[in-house]
Amino acid sequence: MSTFKWLTVLPFIGLLVGVYFANRVTPFVFGLPFLMFWCILWVVLTSIIMAIIYKTDPANKEGDGS
Amino acid sequence: MNAALVIIFLFLLLSLFLGIQAKRGKDMNLEQWAVAGRGFGTIFVFILMAGEIYTTFTFLGGSGWAYGKGGATFYILAYGCLAYVMSYFMLPKIWRYAKEQRLVSQSDFFVSKYQSPALGVLVSLVGVVAMVPYFILQLKGLGIIVSEASYGSISPTAAIWISVIAVTAYVIISGIHGSAWTAVLKDTMILLIVIFLGIYLPIHYYGGFQPMFEAIEKAKPGFLALADAGMSPTWFASTVLLTALGFYMWPHTFGSIYSAETEKVFRKNAIFLPLYQLILVFVFFVGFAAILQVPGLTGSDGDLALLRLSIKTFDPWFVGIIGAAGVLTALVPGSMILMSAATLLANNVFKVFQPNASEERITKTAKYLVPVVALIALYFTFQGGATIVALLLMGYNLVTQLFPALVFSLMKKNFVTKAGAFAGIVAGVATVAAITISETSVGRLFPFLPQAIQDINVGIIALIVNAVVLTAVSAATRGLSAAPQASEKAM
Repeated sequence: MSTFKWLTVLPFIGLLVGVYFANRVTPFVFGLPFLMFWCILWVVLTSIIMAIIYKTDPANKEGDGS
Repeated sequence: MNAALVIIFLFLLLSLFLGIQAKRGKDMNLEQWAVAGRGFGTIFVFILMAGEIYTTFTFLGGSGWAYGKGGATFYILAYGCLAYVMSYFMLPKIWRYAKEQRLVSQSDFFVSKYQSPALGVLVSLVGVVAMVPYFILQLKGLGIIVSEASYGSISPTAAIWISVIAVTAYVIISGIHGSAWTAVLKDTMILLIVIFLGIYLPIHYYGGFQPMFEAIEKAKPGFLALADAGMSPTWFASTVLLTALGFYMWPHTFGSIYSAETEKVFRKNAIFLPLYQLILVFVFFVGFAAILQVPGLTGSDGDLALLRLSIKTFDPWFVGIIGAAGVLTALVPGSMILMSAATLLANNVFKVFQPNASEERITKTAKYLVPVVALIALYFTFQGGATIVALLLMGYNLVTQLFPALVFSLMKKNFVTKAGAFAGIVAGVATVAAITISETSVGRLFPFLPQAIQDINVGIIALIVNAVVLTAVSAATRGLSAAPQASEKAM
């Protein structure tokens, strides 16, 4: 069990709980309504989090040729 | 025939050609036909899985919801994200077990884990029933595209018939190999077109993104966020959770897990698939751009928003290209769904009742079932008037009921018995059916509850009923089932 796996709870908190606080049209961020920006932000953060987990997960060190 | 239709039909022919090419020189037994001999690498699995996500649902449904529902649409961005997080941990386990046991379908997994062919029959039936609305929405999408692109000369009914025949022929001819190749063509096209439309339309009509959103906010204040009641933050959170759990429970999605070559494929894909979701943002831009440009589409007509705006903006030949991409987004997932439904019915229902049937006969049965399932879906397509997204959510409510029994079976020590799994799924599905048929909501059942709780997606209630029954029946039958759990030695 990698110590970084706890990071996976963050997207759940960000999207399921965060929506209660991010549910607003303004301020516009990068020209987007705030709620839309918030969801996009979490998509990007999720990808980064999964990359960190992938890199630190010993299961991926075994060279299985993929 | 106008230029738009000619282009759409050319692409239809091209995809049929690709399907036939893919089949050539390959011996097609059921395992080949359905899971491509487990030989797909990261890129193909990525495309297949991404391909299932980018269906008519995204193309027309996503823009239609942005047009009709505003902020609620963003749930589509969120659920995939959470599903991919779970996929990192769940999919390699499923794949490993499926490979060891040489499983072909989703039901095989339950049969093997719980040592119960009866459970396999139940899971197959739930899967097939859930796939019907999912297939209907692809047909609806195809019908919309063809009839809109014909500028009214082909009726939606005729368009749906043409689509059904195309999808059925396609599946019978090529199986999963065809899907993978057409998926490559489809993904490339949809990517280019959606990004182009999503950038061009807001700039063309409003001069930029922020001006567009400001104009919408001025015309419909609060439309770009969630409502206080109905599609509220509680609706958002519960729907995102439900659909994220159900994401990989679709028989065809589950089946494409088997087609991977190694388990590492899934972990790698969990990094990139979330980013791929961002294509949706451009789909939403199109829907938002349509709000003030082609107003007045209500109810399920919202699904027309993207095409109506395209027709208003572009020449017929370009509408044809857009339509062709749309046809492919329905054809690929449509064919996957049809194939999975037929394979499930042949392998996990027919075979249980005809245990002596030869492998060859089952493969044949699967192929014969393809047009049967297509015709059943066709019947329902002509019945209902639900929007594309509403149809998808209905299917999700059903298919998510398989999640508890599945996830417990992946654990090292599974406390769930076959009776428990069976009872849980039945209770969950019955709850969904009761709620859907009576067209009720949590708020109508319990009007005294606070609004925030009333907006919970009914699928979540069914899931809770499911989990409670599953646990209770498992506890009651624990001592009775002497059969060793297959999961204990396998994990």
